[in-house]
Amino acid sequence: MHFSLSADQQLLKDSVASFVKRQSPITRARELRRDPLGYSRDTWATLGELGWLGLPFSEAQGGLGGSFVDLSIVLEELGAALVPEPLISSIVLAGHVVAELGTEAQRAEHLAPVVAGARTLALAHTERDGRYDPLWVSTTAARRGDSYALDGEKIFVLGGHDADDLVVVARTSGAPGELEGLTAFLAPRGAPGVPVSPLGPIDGRRAAHVTLRGASLPASARLGDEGAAGPVLSQALDRAAAAACAEGVGLTRAVLEMTTAYLCTREQFGVKIGSFQALQHRAVDMFIETELVKSASIRAAIALDAGDPVEAAWAVSLAKAQLGVGGKYVVQQAIQLHGGVGITDEHDVGLYFKRMHALMSSFGDEAHHVARVASSPRFTAGL
Amino acid sequence: MVGPLIMQFGTEAQKRRFLPRILSGDEVWCQGYSEPNAGSDLASLRSSAVDDGRGSFVVNGQKTWTTYGQYADWIFCLVRTDASGKKQQGISFLLVDMKTPGVTVKPMLTIGGTPAFCETFFEDVVVPKENLVGPLHGGWTVAKALLGHERTMIGGVGASLRALRRLKRIARETTRAGAPLLDDPMVAAKIARLEVRLRSLEMANYRTLAAAALGHAPGPESSILKIRGSEIQQDCFELAMEIMGHDALSWHDTAGAVPALETWVPSTYCYNRATTIYGGSNEIQKNIIAKLILGLS
Repeated sequence: MHFSLSADQQLLKDSVASFVKRQSPITRARELRRDPLGYSRDTWATLGELGWLGLPFSEAQGGLGGSFVDLSIVLEELGAALVPEPLISSIVLAGHVVAELGTEAQRAEHLAPVVAGARTLALAHTERDGRYDPLWVSTTAARRGDSYALDGEKIFVLGGHDADDLVVVARTSGAPGELEGLTAFLAPRGAPGVPVSPLGPIDGRRAAHVTLRGASLPASARLGDEGAAGPVLSQALDRAAAAACAEGVGLTRAVLEMTTAYLCTREQFGVKIGSFQALQHRAVDMFIETELVKSASIRAAIALDAGDPVEAAWAVSLAKAQLGVGGKYVVQQAIQLHGGVGITDEHDVGLYFKRMHALMSSFGDEAHHVARVASSPRFTAGL
Repeated sequence: MVGPLIMQFGTEAQKRRFLPRILSGDEVWCQGYSEPNAGSDLASLRSSAVDDGRGSFVVNGQKTWTTYGQYADWIFCLVRTDASGKKQQGISFLLVDMKTPGVTVKPMLTIGGTPAFCETFFEDVVVPKENLVGPLHGGWTVAKALLGHERTMIGGVGASLRALRRLKRIARETTRAGAPLLDDPMVAAKIARLEVRLRSLEMANYRTLAAAALGHAPGPESSILKIRGSEIQQDCFELAMEIMGHDALSWHDTAGAVPALETWVPSTYCYNRATTIYGGSNEIQKNIIAKLILGLS
């Protein structure tokens, strides 16, 4: 057993770090907060050219056949500089659904251009009443001859403001919370009856609310068999939670570095404030939580690659709950140790603070994942 | 603790003499580090070893918190061999047979009701020079290397996993209005939150061990295992006490008074207040991480 990166993985990590340094330092994320798109289509194309958008898909699906561990390496490095391109929404969420449920023709038309960096996807799935339950979908899709009529409301569709295609989830049968009866559809941007209201979330990224009022989608837009999308959606949400953890690892690392650097330069009472034991111990607790968030994230990525669904769901929830505690601790204490300047918009620490909160609250918050740990078969195994 | 040290710093003769009997369990060791006036400030220790000019050291002084010293065959000691320079520089690492004349062990009761600690006294104890591990006056380096192993061990992930399993069993066997406490979402969430922290530490432990398997000795990062591991050990038993309710008031000498699973929980809860103190208090661990990893001073 070892957790060192392979030579290829180290190369990947170095390439991403070098890309970030040259093309997307933190100043870029700061500027793009004010941009209506929130990211750059050119940079998205570059990520596609570099091959990073195809990492989690098999070669048969049109990807590079990399692992979730590989993807985590990319997300961690991008996270360290808050690179705002929509990897989680396009690739990990919607991309996964298209890759797993789509026909070869659907993948060629809707996934391949995303992998190439030419287009983007977004998953219109979450509903207000469902909180974080991936199966709590009350939006309906009623078959009418060769098409489906969709009615319902989707909230916080990440990247939905601009996605070329939405992957919309609706119920063709069953009740909210049931595994059976969920169906996913592809809806091109601007499809009639699919109005998109852009949102500007806390972290400066972009999202949208999507209202479906008798939206008509052709039967050919359906992804997979009717009513059978539940397991893939749960999986996509788990993968997104693990992706948030991997990105969160990058955030904690960057914030810890930023904070220790500040402690080594800022002077009060004629000495560096890093010489004060009360502050040292707080910084050490930040370091510990950074290591624990990383350790838990590694477990989740490995479990997703290994493929046992019970083990993967358990490991993902352990990691996401750890991010909810440890990630929050790191960004909150980083502000405390920066003092007043940490509260100013001018300082970068606040950008990390807000992104961390978006990562913590998306794809299941701490309480949701704690409850999932408690209801996992692993919780009572071997008692 | 001492095995890896003898492997790393010992002579061939020392390896042959001691390692097989550690492996077979024929010889049990105890640790002679702390002294009444050398706790967190370990380097200020005063037990002395003086060269008698006839191939031996003569050891005098007192060690304390010698865990299970009353059962040990050997003790590994930090002793002062030179008091003239910096306090870290005159320390040597010495192996002492507990049966040597002049060694006296006085067990003391802990708040857990167990005789886990001892005071160990040395009065003109003659120790052959071949029992010196590492260079004369160079014991501080040996001592610190041992602390890395000790902290990884004290992290106690395996022990906490066992404690967590026991905690869940207790919660399943304990009922309120006929329903197991484990089915109460508030109780289950408390246990699950503890498990989240423990499983993260388990992975951190694997990362340290995997690095060790590749030949990297546990470094300052092992301190995080000690800090969080000791806290989690305490929290496991604290939560067990909470779940046991009235039974948490039982003491280990009232056999049969409480379910078998719960026996010793109050005692262990009490004794486990030691976990955040021994092996270098958690505050000392944080000083080490601040200085050696974060570069704060």
